[in-house]
Amino acid sequence: MTTTAPVTAARPAAPGAARANRTARRRRTLLHWAFVAPAVVYMAAFFGYPLVRNVLMSFQHYTPSTFFTGKAPFNGLDNWRTVLHDQLFGDALWHTLVFTAGSLLGQFTIGLALAVFFSRRFPLSGVVRSLLLLPWLIPMVVAGTVWRRLLDQDTGVLNRFLDALGVTSGHTPWLNSPSMALLSVILVNIWIGIPFNMVILYGGLQEIPRDVQEAASIDGASAWRTFRSVTLPMLRPVITVVLVLGFMSTVKILDLILALTDGGPADATQTLGTQTYQLSFVRLDFGAGAVVGNILILVSAVFAVLYLRANRTDFGTEGK
Amino acid sequence: MSTTTPPRARRRGIGSAVVAVAVLAVMLFPLYWMLNTALQPGTGLASLDPFPVHPGFGNFSRALSSQGGNLLTSLGIALGAVAICLVLAAPAAYGLAQLRIRGARSIVFGTLITQMVPGIVVANALYNAYVDLHLVNSYLGLMLADASLGVPFSIVLLRAFMVSIPGEVVEAAMVDGAGRFRAFVRIVLPMSRNALITAGLFTFLFAWSDFMFALTLNTTDDVRPVTLGIYQYLGAHVGDWGAVMAVAVLSSIPAAALLLLAQKYVAAGVTGGSIK
Repeated sequence: MTTTAPVTAARPAAPGAARANRTARRRRTLLHWAFVAPAVVYMAAFFGYPLVRNVLMSFQHYTPSTFFTGKAPFNGLDNWRTVLHDQLFGDALWHTLVFTAGSLLGQFTIGLALAVFFSRRFPLSGVVRSLLLLPWLIPMVVAGTVWRRLLDQDTGVLNRFLDALGVTSGHTPWLNSPSMALLSVILVNIWIGIPFNMVILYGGLQEIPRDVQEAASIDGASAWRTFRSVTLPMLRPVITVVLVLGFMSTVKILDLILALTDGGPADATQTLGTQTYQLSFVRLDFGAGAVVGNILILVSAVFAVLYLRANRTDFGTEGK
Repeated sequence: MSTTTPPRARRRGIGSAVVAVAVLAVMLFPLYWMLNTALQPGTGLASLDPFPVHPGFGNFSRALSSQGGNLLTSLGIALGAVAICLVLAAPAAYGLAQLRIRGARSIVFGTLITQMVPGIVVANALYNAYVDLHLVNSYLGLMLADASLGVPFSIVLLRAFMVSIPGEVVEAAMVDGAGRFRAFVRIVLPMSRNALITAGLFTFLFAWSDFMFALTLNTTDDVRPVTLGIYQYLGAHVGDWGAVMAVAVLSSIPAAALLLLAQKYVAAGVTGGSIK
C-alpha cells in the first residue's frame, strides 16, 4: 500500500578511500540518523515497549498492593488459565467479533452508497460532504453521551418519535436490555464510521477515469453492471485500505462502549477492549488484563494479515 | 455567466441536492438534539420543544462552572501533545523522505504497524511504567501519551509531502554554508507549512478527543480533561441532562470550528491518513 522510496545501499567504499573521507561519511550518517532517532526512540517507548511489557505482564501476578510493594512475581500460565476459563472472556470475544463485523458492514455499505451518490456533481455537494464529517470528528465519548440520551427508554427522543409514528408501542429498551444493547452500540458506531468510509471511498471514486465508465455504458452495460464489473474492481485497493483501517480501529473499541453502556447491562456489551480495561484498571489485576490485551492484538494482527493476503493478488495485477 | 447546463440535468442536480440535505439532516440530527437540549434549561425531558424557541443559557453556565477548568486542561494538554508530536515527527519525516538512511523502509513499516496496537494495551503497560517514573497524574505524562495518537499519522502524512521536495533546494542552501539542520528549519519546514498545519490540527483533535489515556493514567482529579469530566459528570448527575449536553456542545467546538474554518486541511488529513 505504501510507496516507499527504495533504500539505496551505501556505496561500496573505493579500495583506497582516504580515512578522512570515511570519517566525514560516518559523521554524515550520524547526522542523518539524528533526524530520525528521536521519533524512533519515542515510538519504541510508546508502542514497542508496551507490546513487550504486556507479554511479560501476562505471566505475572499483580494485586492492588503491587504498586506499594513493587512486587509482581511470575506465576507461569495462571493468568492465561484464569482468563480462558472465564465465561466472560468467551462472551467478550464473541461480542468483539459481532461488533466489528456489524459495524464494518453498516459503515462500509452506507459509506459506499453515499460516496457513489456524491460523485454525481450537484450543487451543495462539497459543503454537505464536509459537514457530514462532524460525527466522526467529535470526541467518541461525547458521541456516546449524546446517543445515551437519544436512546433513553422513557424520555429519549428516538422512542418518542417512533411511538408518535406508531412504529413501536411501549418503550424500546435500546440500551437497557441485554438482548438489544449490543445492536444499539453497533448502530451508534455505524453512525460514527459512515463519514470516514464515505470520504475515503469518494476519493477513490474520483481517481477512476470517467471515460472508462462511460465506455462501459456506451457498450450497453446497465448502470448496476458498470458499477459491479468496472467501478468496484477498480476501487478494490481503496476498499482494502478502508476495511483494514476500519477493522483495526473498531476491534479495539473502548470509549464508545464505556460512554454508552459501561459494558452492561449484564455484560452484554463487554468486548476485549472493555474487559482489558476492567480487569486492569478496575480490578487492578494487570496480569489478567494483559492476557486479554495480548489476545486482542493477536486477533487484530491475524485478521489484518489474512485480509492483506487475500487481496495480494489484486495488488499483483495492478503493478503490471 | 451563461449556464450551458441543459434544464433536465439541472433539475436532476437540484433533486440530488435535496436528497443530500435530507441525508445531512438525518446524520446530524443527534448533534442538533444535543444543542437543542442544551439550550432549553429547566425543561422537563419529556416536554422538550423540537426547536429552542426560548433559548436559555442556564445549562451552559452550569456546565462552565463545573467543567470550565477541565476544558482548559484539555486545551493545554492537546497543545502540548501537538508540540511534542511535531517536534518528533517533522525531522523524522524529512529524514525518511530525503536522507538516505539504512533501515528507513523498516522504520516506515514500523510506523504503519503501530496503528495495530490497541490503545488499551499501551495504557496497560504505560501505567506501570508511569508509576515508576512518577508520571501518573501529571500533565507531562498525559501530553506524552496523547502525542502517541498523532506521531505515526504525522510521520506518514509529512513524509508523503516531503518526498516531493526537490533535494537540490536543500543542497543549494547547504552550499551556502548552512548545516543540514539549519537548512531543514529554514527551507524544508516553511515549504511544508500546509502539511504541518494538517498534522498539527489532527493531532490536536486526537488529543482533545482522548478519553482512554485520561481515564487510565490518572488516579486523582489533578489532571482531568473534559472527556473524562463529562464521563464522570454523567455518572454523578444522571438527571441533569441539560448541563451534560451543554458540556457535550462545548467539547464539540474544536471539531466544528475545524470543519468551518480549516476545511481544506481536514480534507487533506482524512485522505492523507489513508495513504498509509
